[in-house]
This record gives sequence, structure tokens and C-alpha cells, in this order.
Amino acid sequence: MTYNFQFDAVFASWDYLLTGAWLTVKLSFGAMAIGMVVAILCALGKTSGPKPVRWLINAYIEVIRNTPFLVQIFLIFFGLPTIGLRLSPDVAALIAMVVNVGAYATEIIRAGIESIHKGQIEAGLALGLRPLQVFRYVVLKPALRTVYPALTSQFILLMLSSSVVSAISADELTSVANNIQSQTFRSFEIYIVVTGIYLVLAMMFSALFAGIYRLAFAYSVDRR
Amino acid sequence: MIRAFGYNEFLFLLSAVQWTLALSVIAFLGGATVGLFVALGRTCDVKPLRWLATGYIQIFQGTPLLMQLFLVFFGATVLGIDMSPWVAAALGLTLNTSAFLGEIWRGCIQSVPKGQWEAASALGLRYPGLMRYVVLPQAVKVAVPPTVGYLVQVIKGTSLAAIIGFVELTRAGQIVNNATFQPFLVFGVVAAMYFVLCWPLSLLSARLEARYAAPTR
Repeated sequence: MTYNFQFDAVFASWDYLLTGAWLTVKLSFGAMAIGMVVAILCALGKTSGPKPVRWLINAYIEVIRNTPFLVQIFLIFFGLPTIGLRLSPDVAALIAMVVNVGAYATEIIRAGIESIHKGQIEAGLALGLRPLQVFRYVVLKPALRTVYPALTSQFILLMLSSSVVSAISADELTSVANNIQSQTFRSFEIYIVVTGIYLVLAMMFSALFAGIYRLAFAYSVDRR
Repeated sequence: MIRAFGYNEFLFLLSAVQWTLALSVIAFLGGATVGLFVALGRTCDVKPLRWLATGYIQIFQGTPLLMQLFLVFFGATVLGIDMSPWVAAALGLTLNTSAFLGEIWRGCIQSVPKGQWEAASALGLRYPGLMRYVVLPQAVKVAVPPTVGYLVQVIKGTSLAAIIGFVELTRAGQIVNNATFQPFLVFGVVAAMYFVLCWPLSLLSARLEARYAAPTR
């Protein structure tokens, strides 16, 4: 092998890489937070909404889960301006990520909600909790606890798939890598470093999620 | 010159579907072959092999598919090989698929009750026979629904080959869009084509899962 590795060009722009990584983190957390709200509402609609609502939510889930994220991004970024909605790449990226993760998370949370025994809900109502309180304390929290592992691995997948939004030049980590690459031509060096950064981000996310689990869900449950 | 999206453009997209399918089939077959070894490595008694398989899976599951494609594509240049986007995409997707299928199949292999392993070795079967005649046939039954489901991910994953310049369905959509400037229509049609490929597989996977769920418990 005669290739001469040159990493100095990569490390010379480490602060630029860091801003990119920071935007990846911000996009991911933004999409997670908004996506959770979307998913909880859709899961609620799918489990207890009227038929047309259920049908609509089902269509949303199936369409999103059976088409590539990249095509969804193109539809949002290039398609929406034709109906007069001009978006910056960052906003388009965030919307695409929310729409995408919302569909996957809906299915996960719905599975959690359906795992709650009907007697639990009746017991909650019998104890005098209002329906909203029943949903929050009796249904949602235990449901989220049950599906927590699936949900968090979906979030990590979301963070990793955010690299795809570089296709519309949102300024996240992969875009930054592309820019540095086009200036320095050190393609392999830059992408191996950025891949390493993603790996570290993924590990940090999973450590964070484990911490959140300990804070929010580490009560003991007696399941019988 | 701006063209309108017409029958010819539609046919162009349709003919690009075959490249998406070809890439998916190669990635799936290659991924399944390598994935089987990853799954076996992940479940075997030899510690270094297990670590190797675990590390392999963690690296591929902990980094974006797009980066993996870039690394294969540009890494070939480092090794002095001139690799076409087609080969790079096929290789990158194969590696990625093998890691995910390896992890899915690990679960399936481990779902075979311990008693079956013990009974097989008590009957004098060594590892190859034990795997081939006792464990894998039972694991396959569990593995079919999630594997069919993962095929959908493989097909969707091939869209990233567009970014390294391979003309499959998504890249064809970009090309048509650049000529027609009708993004909603063009990418709508592209999305619909992916949907037609993926949705039947999703439904099949769900049905198989429902059917296999009962007798395995």
C-alpha cells in the first residue's frame, strides 16, 4: 500500500467538525422531542380514535415506513416550495426527521399502550382518577417503560440516519465532512474520523438513555 | 430546456427500479451469507470469535450507513483499487446487511431451547451437525418473519447509493427532477414505487409473524 495518510487537514478543522456534530445532536434531540409528541398523539388516535382517524394514522405509518428517508427528505425540501412553503435546509431536515421518527415511534408506543391490561385502566377510573390522569399515570408511563429499549434504539437509529440530510446540505456533521472533503480532497481520512465521531455519539446517546431510564423508570413492578 | 413529466420519464424511473432491485438482491444474498457467519460467531463458545462478531455488529450498527458507503467508496482508492459506485454500493450494503442480519439471527439461534443443544450433544453430534440438524432448522422458523421485515430496510437502504452516484431509483428521480422541475410529482412517483416494493414485504412479514408466533411458544 503506497497511500500516504494525512490527517492534519482533518484536525485543522476540528472546530468546524464540532459545530457539525453539535447540529447533529440538536437536530436529533429536536426530532426526538417533537417526534415523541407526534407519536404519543398518533398512538392514542390509533388505539382509541374514530375509524377515519385510525385509518389516516395507519396510512401515515405505512407510507413512512415503506419509503426511504432520503426520498422523504427530497419530497419535503424540494416539494414543499412548489406549494409556496420555502424551507431552509436545517428546518426541512428537522421536519423530515420528525415525520420519519414519528411513524416508527407511533408503532412502538402503540405496542406499549396495548400491553396495558384493561383492568388497570378500570382500576384507575374506579380510584377516581380523571381520564387524562389515567392515561398519563396508568397507561402512558408503564407503556413507555415497557417499550423503552425499542424506543431508544429507534432514537439512536434516527441520529445515525440524520447523516442522510447532508443530501440537502443541512450543516450537520456529514455535510461538514463533505465540505472539508471538497476543500482538502482527504476523503478517506475525513470520513473515517467522522464515522468515529458518529460511533462516539451513538455510545453517548445510549449512555444518556440508560441514565434517563434509571431516573424515570427504575421503580420495581410486581407483574403477575 | 424544461421538460414535463410524461410517459418517458415514468419509464425511465421504472427501468431504474431494476437497479434498486438488483442492488437489494445482492446486498441481501451477500449480507445473508456473511451474516450467517456473524451470527454463528456471536453465539459460539470461542471467546475471541464472539468478541470479533460483537465488535463487527457494534461498529456497523453504531455508525451511519451513508458513512459506511463513503468509506468503502473512498477506501478502495486508498488501497489503489478503482471501484465503481455500483461495486462500492453493493459491498457497503452487503457489509451493513450482514451486521444487522447477524444480530437478528443471533437472537433466533439463542431462542432455541438449551435442552435441544444438550440433547444433540448428548446424542454425539459435534458443532457442525448440531447446528445443521438441530439448532438452525429450528432457528430458521423464528428467523423468517424478521428477515422478511429486514428486506424492507435493505431496499430502502439502497436509496443511499444515489449519494455516491449510482443510478438507482432515487438517483433517477433526482435526474428526472433536474430536467422537469416537478419535485412533488417526481419524488411522489419515486416514493410510490418504493412503497409498491416494500409494502407487500411488510405485510408478509407481519402475517408470518402472526402465524409463527403461536406454535413456537
